[in-house]
Amino acid sequence: MSKIIDKLNIFKQCGKYDLPLWQCPQFLFLVMGVLIIASAILSYLIGTQYIEAPLTVALIVLALTVVLFIISYIIIKSFEKLAEAVRMKSRFIDITSHQLRSPLSNLQWITEMLESERMGDLEEDQMDYFRMAKENVTRMEKLVSDLVTVSRIQDEDLNFKPEAFSLEEVTRKVLADFKFFTSAEDVEIEIDVESDLPEVKTDPNQIKMVIENLLDNAIRYTDGGGRVRINISKKNDKVQFEIEDNGIGIPEDDQEYIFRKFFRSKNASKHQVRGTGLSLYIAKMIIEQSGGEIWFESEPGEGSTFWFTLPIN
Amino acid sequence: MATILLVEDERNLQRTLSDLLEDEGHEVVSAMNGKEGLVEAKEEQPDLILLDLILPKLHGFKVLKKLKNTEKTKDIPVIILTNLEGTDDVQKALEMGVTTYLVKSDYELSEVLNKVEETLN
Repeated sequence: MSKIIDKLNIFKQCGKYDLPLWQCPQFLFLVMGVLIIASAILSYLIGTQYIEAPLTVALIVLALTVVLFIISYIIIKSFEKLAEAVRMKSRFIDITSHQLRSPLSNLQWITEMLESERMGDLEEDQMDYFRMAKENVTRMEKLVSDLVTVSRIQDEDLNFKPEAFSLEEVTRKVLADFKFFTSAEDVEIEIDVESDLPEVKTDPNQIKMVIENLLDNAIRYTDGGGRVRINISKKNDKVQFEIEDNGIGIPEDDQEYIFRKFFRSKNASKHQVRGTGLSLYIAKMIIEQSGGEIWFESEPGEGSTFWFTLPIN
Repeated sequence: MATILLVEDERNLQRTLSDLLEDEGHEVVSAMNGKEGLVEAKEEQPDLILLDLILPKLHGFKVLKKLKNTEKTKDIPVIILTNLEGTDDVQKALEMGVTTYLVKSDYELSEVLNKVEETLN
């Protein structure tokens, strides 16, 4: 009995989905039911005016109503499934972010410990293997954190902490972090910054991620001996960041899709196995949430240039 | 040399962090759950406490509250070392008087060590 009452309690049923009332399947079903009954009564009233046998009209309307109810019930069932899928997805993300992240960060610290030779000296070959292990852990961590960021963007739950900061400083920090990678890929990086640049206002950690993603792409899709140029300057009431590479470029057919989630250009997949098609989507979402714009120009075989702007503090 | 209390329920991390800190010349006292952490804090009077938040027996926030409400332990600096990265958690911890809040996956071991030394000095 209490089960049936629970089923009838719309608010309790809707609470399960974390959705607003107007999106909740049970509530929609109720609204639909009321609408159907209203239209049945209305059509009965109209029907009686035109046909001499009101009982027939009533039966027809009743039959129609039953059919409508069945159809709407099926629709609602599928809605319910969708809502359930959304709920499962956010739970999945939750599990990924915590259950997968914590062993990964343990692993990172463990390999770091070994590599630091605190646990005993290492032969050169052993050291190489620990470095390889660490590199792979870092890669996996980046992937997991990208997925978590994407789901946060979808849930509009991006941890945005705006503050005033120097875009140049953040950029130089990223460049320092990438030093090893740039020299391994034999890419030369130039940076040019306008003097007396004003500070920008948004979340520096998120912007750091955007610059990392753009720089990573610029380096990754450049064949040996590549060149990357970064330019930061003031444009009206914004600060503009420009990054130019002489890499493989983006095919014209793919250009309109590159900011789409999980999109990877064909030549990119051919050139590099790595990549999830998430970094530019994340970059666009973060820049737009910061009140800026992001765009690019690209010539296949010649290279690409990406720009983004951020509002001045 | 300092005495550091490490309240962490994950065996792997407990070992890794202990080895690291001992290698730096510190004495490490280990606690595998919140209750134990509280007892050790009172008994050992460490110079610093590294505290995880998701802990069996007593949640990290409760441990923190009791530490700050006890005369003997209220001045011991606390570094939170956790995987919880919600803004609310960070805010709450800072309001409760922790010195530093570190999200594990965002920090390399060497950076954690830097924060420890910074706090001890």
